[in-house]
Amino acid sequence: MSGLRPLHLRPNVKWSLTMKTLCFAAGCLAIATPALAETPVLDVLTYDSFVSEWGPGPAIEKAFEAECGCDLRFTPAGDGAALLARLQLEGARTEADVVLGLDTNLTAAARETGLFAPHGQTPDLSLPVPFTDADFLPYDWGWFAFVHGKSLTAPGDFKALAASDLKIVIQDPRSSTPGLGLLMWVKAAYGDQAAQIWADLADNIVTVTPGWSEAYGMFLEGEADMVLSYTTSPAYHLIAEQDDSKAAAVFAEGNYLQVEVMGKLAASDQPELADRFLAFMLSDAAQSVLPVTNWMYPAHVPAEGLPKGFETLAQPVKSLLLSADEAEALRGPALDEWRAALAR
Amino acid sequence: MARRAGTLTALALAFVTLAPVAVVMVQAGGRGLTAPDWAALRFTLLQAALSALASVGCAVPLARALARRRFAGRGALITALGAPFLLPVIVAVLGLLAVFGRAGVVNATLRGLGLPEVSIFGLGGVVLAHVFLNMPLATRMLLQGWQAIPAERLRLAESLGFTPREVWRHLERPMLRAVLPGALLAVFAICLTSFAVVLILGGGPAATTVELAIWQAIRFEFDLPRAATLAVMQVLACGGAVGLAGLVARAPGFGAGLDRLHPLPAPPGWRRGLDAAVLALATLFLAAPLLAVLQRGLPGLLSLPASIWPAAAASALVACLAAPLAVGGALALALGRAQGVRWLEPVAMLPMAGSQLVLGTGLFLIAFPLVTPARLSLPVTVLVTAVMSLPFAYRILAPAAQALVADYGRLAAALDLRGGAALRLLVLPRLRRPLGFALGLCAALAAGDLGVVALFATETGVTLPLAISRLMGAYRMDQAAGAALVLVALAFGLFWIGDRWGRGGTEA
Repeated sequence: MSGLRPLHLRPNVKWSLTMKTLCFAAGCLAIATPALAETPVLDVLTYDSFVSEWGPGPAIEKAFEAECGCDLRFTPAGDGAALLARLQLEGARTEADVVLGLDTNLTAAARETGLFAPHGQTPDLSLPVPFTDADFLPYDWGWFAFVHGKSLTAPGDFKALAASDLKIVIQDPRSSTPGLGLLMWVKAAYGDQAAQIWADLADNIVTVTPGWSEAYGMFLEGEADMVLSYTTSPAYHLIAEQDDSKAAAVFAEGNYLQVEVMGKLAASDQPELADRFLAFMLSDAAQSVLPVTNWMYPAHVPAEGLPKGFETLAQPVKSLLLSADEAEALRGPALDEWRAALAR
Repeated sequence: MARRAGTLTALALAFVTLAPVAVVMVQAGGRGLTAPDWAALRFTLLQAALSALASVGCAVPLARALARRRFAGRGALITALGAPFLLPVIVAVLGLLAVFGRAGVVNATLRGLGLPEVSIFGLGGVVLAHVFLNMPLATRMLLQGWQAIPAERLRLAESLGFTPREVWRHLERPMLRAVLPGALLAVFAICLTSFAVVLILGGGPAATTVELAIWQAIRFEFDLPRAATLAVMQVLACGGAVGLAGLVARAPGFGAGLDRLHPLPAPPGWRRGLDAAVLALATLFLAAPLLAVLQRGLPGLLSLPASIWPAAAASALVACLAAPLAVGGALALALGRAQGVRWLEPVAMLPMAGSQLVLGTGLFLIAFPLVTPARLSLPVTVLVTAVMSLPFAYRILAPAAQALVADYGRLAAALDLRGGAALRLLVLPRLRRPLGFALGLCAALAAGDLGVVALFATETGVTLPLAISRLMGAYRMDQAAGAALVLVALAFGLFWIGDRWGRGGTEA
């Protein structure tokens, strides 16, 4: 900016003063909240929708700060994939103590950065598959599924979907985590035949969007019969909008899981606080917030159970999940296969 | 004076645009470009070239009809031409889908008539969307050209009894030769970096742009040098287009006039009918998706969360800071270029082809060792939006600055009119109309730009586009549509204020 200043028709001093005043007024320049000198600060790097006022962030911040005597500070960084890129950009100099919001398709790359420390906890998890990871702890999870209107008779598997003339919207695996999840789903279910499934699906795919929101928005506007989302998506419509017209399709091959994880950074200057936060995220206080803010299943079902409405959701018969290393190894080849099959 | 200011601006601009790319380029790793990257480059160039030709091709008859006809609502129509360009991309796409999509008006009508449905997805849909978004901008740029034909030439043409064909040959064609290449170039460059439109309407991985390859390289592969290489390819493609436009463009050489108002000849007969048809079709094409956006957003307005208003204030603040910065820079560059510093032109266009993601990543890498990125949220947002909107301001100001120097340069030199006095007495009065248009446009662009803010985002300093994306991410599509309407109103209001000042009482 300084280079452009000479062009201004007015003296620069006035410019920068006005700017400062205005920023302050608009509350736009987020200088650190003036915490007391002794209050320790825990920095958590997470994805954007976690910290939004409709996400779990505000409630979790309030509950944790009430018991930790600390200042919990979230830094939003786009979505899950952007989060990893952000961490890689910052490297060992990162100020973050905890990273929250990667999924298992990204944990191998995250581990490879060497920035994470083992969490050392043995939580009681209620995931539909056994899950152990020395560095990453799950905090919520969901089954990927094609969401549709209840008036539609949903196909029972990928082959039936491909044979039908139903139109679907999916997300691009090169720019979004659900898109990557679908890629892994087809690969986990069909292995070497995955390319054929994609080729058969090609005429069902209306379009491939950069992220989840665009796809879901297009589905709600009637541009497609089904959209790649989660089995928990109908819960949002039911609980928040009292609309029970949406359902999610259970596939006979199994539905692939998205497990959202968090990890502690080795270079954290607040390791004990970070440990407390990880444990807190799996406590009832945090776990009861997640289903109706993040619209996912809690990693550990709280004592009061799942919120009312979740019992109406479709229950997949089989859960698919590739290990972090398998997912990392398969990503490149599966992507080439996907691109070749669809780019006709 | 103007030359030195222009040179300094260009150096600063080149530094701000190229240093981040260089920083990203020298990071470790890098496996070079792959076959899909080259396919992406081919598709990017193809769709950008087709979109530019179609947008400007449609803009010529529309601008001409607007320039030579007078009718009720003409001023409103010209102002409304700003709207499509200012829509957030996903909102514009949903508006287009409401008209041309599977559940849209067009297909409902076709179904009703028993005709086969049309699909908007594919190359055709991408070009259609780009025409919707950019044709109005091109029209405004061409309209400025028509309005810049001095009244004296029009009166001369009238007294010589020029036929419409002769008006075309002696006045309109030379004017278009000066203005068209710039308009083509602007639309080409915008479409070159278009990302979400191409992906959503492209229909599949065959429609992949370089910008998406950059996303993939940074976000999933963390291959920074590859991302930078792709960004450089984009810049080179734009540079080639700038060179090509420079070869074609010629100054019209109308000479100075006395700024009297004189209407363009409005030929009667079939030409009148043709102009009416062009105006009606263009209005329908542009208004239908906009009305769909309006209809979609209105119910959501009632349930907007309170947090939308601080976000709107933050966006307005960014716009009010970024627009003068961009227009001031563009003015210095345009005047410098008009005085013969040729290399200023490609530099002024540089940011248009730049990848926002690479720019943001580079700035992050530069800033991170020195200061917490969240603290730079506002300055970086203002700087980047100013830099990104500068080329638009430059394209709007360049033809007028060229004419100003050609017509009044010698007089100013003879009177030793320089510095602040020249700015006040010569430049501001003579360039008021394009300056106002550019200010309005830059402010609107800055308000609507999500851009690189993501890397510098903070928990609290949320802008309106970010608030919309958060609403959509939280399933709240209705509220997002309402908030998008607020954004459009804000952007449009800012645009209107600048444009109104520029047209300052004179007939549009």
